[in-house]
Amino acid sequence: MPKDETNEVVLKVEEIYKNYKGKEVLKGISFEVRKGEVKVIIGPSGTGKSTLLRCLNLLTVPDKGRVYLEGEEITHAKKNIHQFRQKIGMVFQDFNLFDHLTALGNVEIGLTRVKKMEREKAREKAQEELRRVGLEEQANLYPAQLSGGQKQRVSIARTLAMDPKVILFDEPTSALDPELIGEVLEVIKNLALQGMTMVLVTHEMGFARSVANEIIFMEEGKILESGPPAQLFSNPKYERTRQFLHKITELYGE
Amino acid sequence: MNELYSFIRDIVLPPLLEGTLVTLQLIVLSIPLGFILGILIAVGRVYGNKIISFFCTIYVLFFRGTPLLVQLFILYYGLPSVGIFFSPFVAAVLGFILCSSAYHSEYIRGAIQSIKSGQMMAAEALGMSRNQAILYVILPQALRRAIPGCSNEIIYLVKYSSLAFMVTCVELTGAGKIIASRYFEYTLVFAVVGAIYLLMVSVITKVLNTLEKKLEIPGIG
Ligand SMILES: Nc1ncnc2c1ncn2[C@@H]1O[C@H](COP(=O)(O)OP(=O)(O)O)[C@@H](O)[C@H]1O
Ligand SMILES: [Mg+2]
Repeated sequence: MPKDETNEVVLKVEEIYKNYKGKEVLKGISFEVRKGEVKVIIGPSGTGKSTLLRCLNLLTVPDKGRVYLEGEEITHAKKNIHQFRQKIGMVFQDFNLFDHLTALGNVEIGLTRVKKMEREKAREKAQEELRRVGLEEQANLYPAQLSGGQKQRVSIARTLAMDPKVILFDEPTSALDPELIGEVLEVIKNLALQGMTMVLVTHEMGFARSVANEIIFMEEGKILESGPPAQLFSNPKYERTRQFLHKITELYGE
Repeated sequence: MNELYSFIRDIVLPPLLEGTLVTLQLIVLSIPLGFILGILIAVGRVYGNKIISFFCTIYVLFFRGTPLLVQLFILYYGLPSVGIFFSPFVAAVLGFILCSSAYHSEYIRGAIQSIKSGQMMAAEALGMSRNQAILYVILPQALRRAIPGCSNEIIYLVKYSSLAFMVTCVELTGAGKIIASRYFEYTLVFAVVGAIYLLMVSVITKVLNTLEKKLEIPGIG
């Protein structure tokens, strides 16, 4: 896959720890994401993958550790954190589209309210982003009138509109009916081809294999191992990784 | 029959219509201001820091937990003893705003808390500050959900505005009381008074229902 593999680090995570009521959920996670890179995080459920993603844009505040966006530490930004979050897109498992806004409104609101873009310009850009995910026809429908796959594509368009430096995906297809998964994966795959920097939690192994530059296997709040897909799939270092890959492939198929 | 008609038209109606005008002024001021204050109290309770949230909780407890009449008496007869004087009209409007805001805030708080946490998360992930998220994402949804409850409170307000008379603000009920005792025509006068309230409530109900329909969005409510 052609990739713009410059050495520029977009996101850097250093020794993240997080506990909930004494239960250690993240136990020292570190990694870097370079420009244009796609990192896929896999691992059993309850392992802390979602918590980790939320720590990356400080929706969850880690107990210890640092997060850097383009070299700038954001972990202690406190009141200004929302300015950094503009640059870190996030796509959720259950979409979280704003229920009171149309598809177009959902994509527009970040532009008008956060970026303070003029209405006209914002509308144009929002329409453009909807076109990018193949939903210009649905612009005036409300979330309740869209299918799950369409909702997720709108939420991707909403994130794209902000021109983020990196997008975090948390199991973007896990809430979808099987026949709707493909359309969402295709959109994400296109983003990868266009050089978008992404961190992606998923159980879709075939997909992971085809888009990832690196796969991170997480277990019990730690990174057990990581490496390029070919290596991790065919020759994992740990028996646990092998078992997990075996089980997940049985469960979800390729 | 003709005599009765002209008695109503010439003697009863003029003071009642004057009273109605006062009632309308009372509610036209109290409804929107009570509603807006209710939004602030609800937001303060849900999203405020400990101190603000505590203050809002006490506020609601006080204004829901004591009779409106007692509140009006404090405003009109009590506060002068600490050097604060209100006209009857102002005392009544203040009392209605404070009391109805407490009830509104409970409907709105319930609606805010019924909104999935993912909405706030998505707004913040997009780069909105907490206040922007409340203003642009949470409230537009919560207020829609709170409309039925708040409509109820507004209808109540129309009727409990008659308590203004207890602090000597002569509104519809007060005007009725005066004219009825002068001519000793209680049944007739208060039948007309009742009819006027019914008319006002009908119109307001119609307006609120239209508003609710207009604001309706698929999937919300
Ligand atoms: N807000 C929270 N409060 C308390 N515990 C939480 C919270 N979020 C996650 N957890 C706990 O942290 C652990 C990891 O959860 P999560 O990050 O959702 O895992 P994953 O996404 O890998 O399935 C789970 O045991 C979960 O119960
Ligand atoms: Mg998860």
